[in-house]
Amino acid sequence: MSMLELPAKIENMEALMTFVSDRARSLGFSARRIKEIELASEEALVNIINYAYKDCDGIIRIVCSGDPIHLIIQIEDYGSAFDILSLSDPDTTSSLTEREVGGLGVFLIRKLMDDVTYSRQDGRNILTLFVRLPDA
Amino acid sequence: MDVTQVGTNNNALMIRVSGRMDAVTAPDFEKTLNQWIDDGNHRIVADLSGLEYISSAGLRSILVIAKKLKIKNGKIILAGMEESVHEVFEISGFNAIIPIVDTVDAAVNQI
Repeated sequence: MSMLELPAKIENMEALMTFVSDRARSLGFSARRIKEIELASEEALVNIINYAYKDCDGIIRIVCSGDPIHLIIQIEDYGSAFDILSLSDPDTTSSLTEREVGGLGVFLIRKLMDDVTYSRQDGRNILTLFVRLPDA
Repeated sequence: MDVTQVGTNNNALMIRVSGRMDAVTAPDFEKTLNQWIDDGNHRIVADLSGLEYISSAGLRSILVIAKKLKIKNGKIILAGMEESVHEVFEISGFNAIIPIVDTVDAAVNQI
């Protein structure tokens, strides 16, 4: 298990993402899959910075662990309780004029990860991404 | 991320975008393109062959630019994107609302 905790600031995005992608690289994921893992992680982090800590400062903790068949990325914050998985999918078929700007982040997380769960524990939002290991 | 002008062709502004378009860099893309549109460039061909990564923040910026150009009767065509970037456009349904072609030459013919 490895962990990184940093203030929830846009300037810390790169360090947080590098922490996740280094872990994925060490587990032998393909370059393509690593980008998908980075993308899902970025979307989760941006949601925390923009919404969970909208009106206050806070920290983000990322814990990477695993089970026999998954890389497990747990992303935690102490912001206001919010289950992003409760959001409905955006309409991906509307025209250019009607298309809304936003709502895509959570949709991409769901589509690219093998499983995603949310829980609220001890004042923390915990979003957990499960990524099937390359040889599992 | 780098976004640069590389000339004009068939009355369109040719640009090249490379690196990573994420929550950190997408606002720069939007600001730069807004400026170029305000300068009078309403037909834009974007070579994305050097773009390695895009997140929803990048998609959002491209959508804002495409909408702005549509209001001005202009358009943007995206060319040469690599497979992982194309996948993000496809999942999001953006491939149906923003013209995407394989090569810059094809984009110049269609603009």
